[in-house]
Amino acid sequence: MYSQGLTDAKGQAEPEELMAEFQAKIDREEKIEPRDWMPEAYRKTLIRQMSQHAHSEIVGQLPEGNWITRAPTLKRKMILLAKVQDEAGHGLYIYSATETLGVTRDQLTDELLTGKAKYSSIFNYPTPSWADIGAIGWLVDGAAIMNQVPLCRASYGPYARSMIRICKEESFHQRQGYEIMTVLARGSQAQKDMAQRALNRFWWPALMMFGPSDKDSTHSAQSMQWKIKRFTNDDLRQKFIDATVPQAEHLGLTVPDPDLQWNETTGHYDHGEIDWHEFMQVIKGNGPCNKERMQARINAHEAGAWVREAAQVFQQNQAKSNSEAA
Amino acid sequence: MSEMKLYEVFIRAKSGLNHRHVGSLHASDPEMALLNARDVYTRRQEGVSIWVVEAEKITASNPAQEHEWFDPAEDKVYRHPTFYPLDKEVENM
Amino acid sequence: MQKDLSQYTLRLADSALTMGQRLAEWCGHGPYLEEDVALTNVSLDLIGHAHMFYQMAGAMQEPAVTADDLAFLRDAHEYRNPLITELPRGDFAYTTLKQYFIDVFNLYLYQAMATSTHEELAAVAKKAGMEVKYHLARSEAWCERLSLSTDEAKARIQQALDDLWFYTPELFETDAAMQRLTAAGVAPDYATIQQQWQQRVEPFMALCGLTLPQAGWVATGGLQGEHTEHLGFMLAEMQFLPRAYPGCEW
Repeated sequence: MYSQGLTDAKGQAEPEELMAEFQAKIDREEKIEPRDWMPEAYRKTLIRQMSQHAHSEIVGQLPEGNWITRAPTLKRKMILLAKVQDEAGHGLYIYSATETLGVTRDQLTDELLTGKAKYSSIFNYPTPSWADIGAIGWLVDGAAIMNQVPLCRASYGPYARSMIRICKEESFHQRQGYEIMTVLARGSQAQKDMAQRALNRFWWPALMMFGPSDKDSTHSAQSMQWKIKRFTNDDLRQKFIDATVPQAEHLGLTVPDPDLQWNETTGHYDHGEIDWHEFMQVIKGNGPCNKERMQARINAHEAGAWVREAAQVFQQNQAKSNSEAA
Repeated sequence: MSEMKLYEVFIRAKSGLNHRHVGSLHASDPEMALLNARDVYTRRQEGVSIWVVEAEKITASNPAQEHEWFDPAEDKVYRHPTFYPLDKEVENM
Repeated sequence: MQKDLSQYTLRLADSALTMGQRLAEWCGHGPYLEEDVALTNVSLDLIGHAHMFYQMAGAMQEPAVTADDLAFLRDAHEYRNPLITELPRGDFAYTTLKQYFIDVFNLYLYQAMATSTHEELAAVAKKAGMEVKYHLARSEAWCERLSLSTDEAKARIQQALDDLWFYTPELFETDAAMQRLTAAGVAPDYATIQQQWQQRVEPFMALCGLTLPQAGWVATGGLQGEHTEHLGFMLAEMQFLPRAYPGCEW
């Protein structure tokens, strides 16, 4: 789904001439490719942003994966399975793109599993009801798309290309979520309540997905200049709210923000203050599901170790017997 | 144990087209790379044929030499048909 | 005939669904990303097969019911899959070997069924059979890799073989309804499938250096609705929503 704009990079002294040519290239909307010269800070910022993004896809499998075995119809089961599978694929695409910057998948995995790397805070919230699967598709994928569409034009070629592929594949994710919500909102009272509770649960965390407010976001300017970020956090958040509120109204659901109001003058919705304390807590590892999510990833990785090893040993044995035969 | 090898994946979208680079993946051996490429990169009927190749076996040109290698083609305009004016009466050639 | 076929398609559907459901449990928990995606693809195929067979079965009932009614509103004793397909997912070796046994079975089953005198059944078998070939390529490749590699992997797959082997004869069991369908050229001949299965599986196990266990409890009962304890838990989880909110659309 996506990274949260928490990246940081300290500029280093780089040869001025190269720096100027690099920036000029970006300004001309030319892509930077893996073996091109790039400032170390650009490389580091990208590795951080892209790996956060990839980790988010991987951890993002879990809250929804939780409902695969309980999906209420065969069709829903297949859709959800295909969607969660896509998340794995998307994580894979972005890891691959990140590897072109000179890090290995093993390093990236290690950073995730040791808690060094961050991932989107949204996945640390629980999905206790089926309606949460609708809410995630609608709101979380909706927010992700807001962020990812501009990234299709990111200055780093492999990143941009992976985003194009991902955006294409994800186009059904938000719709299937909204469709789940639509069916629930038009269903029994119990189903409507289920949908409303899911919206209550996921509205604010979805808004937090866009990252800290611009006034507190220190690294935006450099990333914007490098075109690895195309809009500010607050701009994207506002765009998301403006698009989503009417969709909630259409379903007859209430957005859980008493301060939410259409502003004629600005042409946007005004909204209440986001609980940044909660946001920082979740980022720091103190969300409702941080520990469970991480443990699930660690378990899968550790349980898979002997499989990965077996596959490689098999290959080495084959190579050995081939060379002996030769 | 060090990680599995990186393979680059090329897919022919439909017959008549070239194989095109679509991404990469890790696999223990070529057969697994091919199987996994099918599952990772053709979930939406993206292809009819797959090539996988170990990433480290690719020999690539050096981006630092981009100008010396590729700019000389720029002024060879006589290689292109538009370099040769045709009389209006001779419409297509 | 209609009733026989409806029962038979339920056996096919229940087998595919329980296999698909177990495999789906791997989604997000695979041994590495590439395999996570691959396992899910097989699961999706299997649930797709189940869906097609349930649709056939449902349309033949009086009054007709939907595929979802059949999947979500029948209790364990009404499920007709062989016990092997409902067994827990176990570790990757257990999942792989179970998948291999089923893939070989499905290969010959659908190959024969593709020539069924029943057109719809033949059409579904053609589609499913094509997908199964790929499943088998995968599970066969993995059986080899696990068997001919590290001591740990080999021990795990041998353990899986010890645990699973005596669940396989049930795959070829038939009841009177199935025998009538076979006689009418609708269902394949299961004795032939069993021969083909043995001729392929046993040498392959030997090639992998695996030893077939000598004795164990020989599974039976699926055709009569007698299941393991695992199926009840699987259905409790799978059917929870439609059961808790009867009559709702989803």
